[in-house]
Amino acid sequence: MSKKLLLSAERINIILNRLACQLIENHNEFKDTVIIGIQPRGVFLSERLKQLLREEYDIADVKFGKLDITFYRDDFGRGNKVLQANKTDINFIVEDKKVVFVDDVLYTGRSIRSALTALQSFGRPRSVELLTLIDRRFSRHLPIQPDYKGRQVDAINKERVIVSWKENDGEDAVYIITQGE
Amino acid sequence: MSELSVNHLLGIKQVSQEDIHLILETAENFKEVINRPIKKVPSLRDFTIANLFFENSTRTRLSFELAEKRLSADVINFSAASSSVKKGETLIDTVNNILSMKVDMVVMRHPNPGASVFLSNHVNASIVNAGDGAHEHPTQALLDAFSIKEKLGSLEGKKVVIVGDILHSRVALSNIFCLRKLGAVVKVCGPETLLPKHIKSLGVDVENNLDKALKWCDVANMLRVQNERMSTRYFPSTREYVAQYGLDKERLNRLDKEIVIMHPGPINRGVEISSDIADSQHAIILDQVQNGVAVRMSVLYLLASKLKHYNRN
Repeated sequence: MSKKLLLSAERINIILNRLACQLIENHNEFKDTVIIGIQPRGVFLSERLKQLLREEYDIADVKFGKLDITFYRDDFGRGNKVLQANKTDINFIVEDKKVVFVDDVLYTGRSIRSALTALQSFGRPRSVELLTLIDRRFSRHLPIQPDYKGRQVDAINKERVIVSWKENDGEDAVYIITQGE
Repeated sequence: MSELSVNHLLGIKQVSQEDIHLILETAENFKEVINRPIKKVPSLRDFTIANLFFENSTRTRLSFELAEKRLSADVINFSAASSSVKKGETLIDTVNNILSMKVDMVVMRHPNPGASVFLSNHVNASIVNAGDGAHEHPTQALLDAFSIKEKLGSLEGKKVVIVGDILHSRVALSNIFCLRKLGAVVKVCGPETLLPKHIKSLGVDVENNLDKALKWCDVANMLRVQNERMSTRYFPSTREYVAQYGLDKERLNRLDKEIVIMHPGPINRGVEISSDIADSQHAIILDQVQNGVAVRMSVLYLLASKLKHYNRN
């Protein structure tokens, strides 16, 4: 097994600032925009964006939510172990809102498909965008692409991309892990 | 990543503490789901569940049916009163006929203790016991535990007294197993005639005086006197029962603390519990009913995930 550093804490910080600026560019004052982190790992990223928008760009009035997709997965009953569900915390209706999904890694696109279904329980949004820190190209199972991406990676299927966050894993970093032969 | 250690929910006796924790934690997520504007998830979209009720029920049957529908399962209902059981069909035949219509799970209530265990040995479907005679009623115990946890934060070290007709109660037995597995201390309270002889062997204390029991406890679970199961008189009169074991305002006022009051329903108002107490803020009876749907969703979801539905052939 080998572990290669893809992004350092410094690079991640630069990317997060760029992503925050791109969000501001498209959503101005976030009047009708809500930002939803996908449980579990997308939430760390959305919390960081929340903090950045508030502290660096003085935008504190954005609605944030957390969405768990466990009950909406398309592989239920197919022999995989079920994943333990996480908390969904959306205390607003997304009817006619501009939704931005936030997740750490976009891979097959199936999680985002589930998230789109789950979101319907909270109303009909005006639009849905996707922000992701890592976009794994050439591995999509579904026609889903990010609107905002931190970094594109051409990792092959047996490689794993791991995003660590300081508050959860002790450091900010992105690694590519290759399983041994 | 976790799953249940069992393929059926036949009783609390057969499940582990980890299983119970997993069911209660997953139920918390389902409780959030059923409080949304749109209360449905697609998880069990391709599953068919049969509710077989060989004994009367309102709450449990509706609660299971609602849980199944909230999970998007297809549901068929069967009640013995209007079926071929009356023509002499055996239990296994009845169920196998239903299963040949491609049913994945069976929720069953039956007047005979052990009926669901028997069924699980003979048919090829996941079985959920919705009450078998005076034996077990596992989902009731789970929803009771969930409701206490919601109110008091945890079960560990909490003192729970189960009051009334313990002898005929499947709720009592399942509750005793469940509460003890979660670390609660359990006492039963009732007239000697309505307490099973060897109840202490389950690790519970016995108290015949309701006032003393209430003084001791954090939670009182008031059971219904099951007149329909009594072939002989267990106490001199209803009036005497109420005087000794009925929970009313006067009794509660004598306590210098607040306790949580539960009842599995249906209530005999004015017998085991007075109307004003049943409707007071101390009683979490209607919370129990709401939590019942979330807990049953959790049980069905976790059992269905073990079915290997799509690799059956």
